[in-house]
Amino acid sequence: MTRDKYIFDDTKGMTLIVKTITRLTVGLILLYGIYILLHGHVSPGGGFAGGVIIALSFIHIMLAFGKDAAFSRLSKETAAFFEGFGALAFLAIATLGFMGGYFFLNFFQSKGEPFRLFSAGIIPLCNIAISMKVGAGLFSIFVILVLLKFKTKGK
Amino acid sequence: MIVYILLIMMIIGAIAAIEMKDLISSVIVVGAVGLALSIVFLVLKAPDLAITQLVVEILCLIILIRATLKKDLPFSTTGRWFFNTTVAVVFAVTFLILGFFCLHELPHFGYPVMKVAKFYLDAGLSRTGAANLVASIILDFRAYDTLGEATVLFTAVVGVMAVMRKRGRKKVDEEIGEND
Repeated sequence: MTRDKYIFDDTKGMTLIVKTITRLTVGLILLYGIYILLHGHVSPGGGFAGGVIIALSFIHIMLAFGKDAAFSRLSKETAAFFEGFGALAFLAIATLGFMGGYFFLNFFQSKGEPFRLFSAGIIPLCNIAISMKVGAGLFSIFVILVLLKFKTKGK
Repeated sequence: MIVYILLIMMIIGAIAAIEMKDLISSVIVVGAVGLALSIVFLVLKAPDLAITQLVVEILCLIILIRATLKKDLPFSTTGRWFFNTTVAVVFAVTFLILGFFCLHELPHFGYPVMKVAKFYLDAGLSRTGAANLVASIILDFRAYDTLGEATVLFTAVVGVMAVMRKRGRKKVDEEIGEND
């Protein structure tokens, strides 16, 4: 219940209309991003697009409620952790191919039935790793570019 | 047919984005160009690219609007216009002439020379088990390229954070704070 104090704070962020619409839609946006990345090997989409949509849902919270509400859900340290963890996980999946012979080997023995969620070997795992990296990285770029401001006293 | 209409619309939008006096109008016109590019990808039957282009365009638009909204950026139209125009015209004419000779050798639009790609299209489903052929190419056959692309994005994020970090060396007459 500690995070709700940012949601019902009237002094920060945009107007009441924007806040109400955001409260209704932001969960759907996050769910759509997760759907896009998990079905990347079955339908159009993939890790990159899913990661960008997940980052956009957190940016949506930040634009509507102010920066404290967004940082209470995904802090800067958590974003930095997921950025590094996603990159290392992608590299680890690539390196695990060496137990069968070469880089990026699709090392599962049974690929599964096509058009199912659990199929295609390492491709869903790569999608999840890429989406973590892209989502956390683009959220960090947004935070860095928008929040920081430079003042010059001389001018 | 609709592709050519959208292409003409994109060219007009790009010229308008340069000629606008107001920065925020210019940013919005750039967003319209990106939306038209997304529809072009959709018409050419590339839905993966259309989704990615749309979401990246939205993210860039938000960042550009938030970055240009409150700041009074200098907008200079004067300067060495003769030198700049001459350089631009010379380069444009050179690339047009070279492109005129080179583009005859390429296969026609929509009729590519399928040698490697035909193998991917034939064996993609049976070798990787992924129903989406784009995913099977970028994450299995050509996954090394995707690793390089991920490295580029990681380096970009680390570079931006290193340049804009709060701690570290700063000038004497400069102070750094946070916006709302």
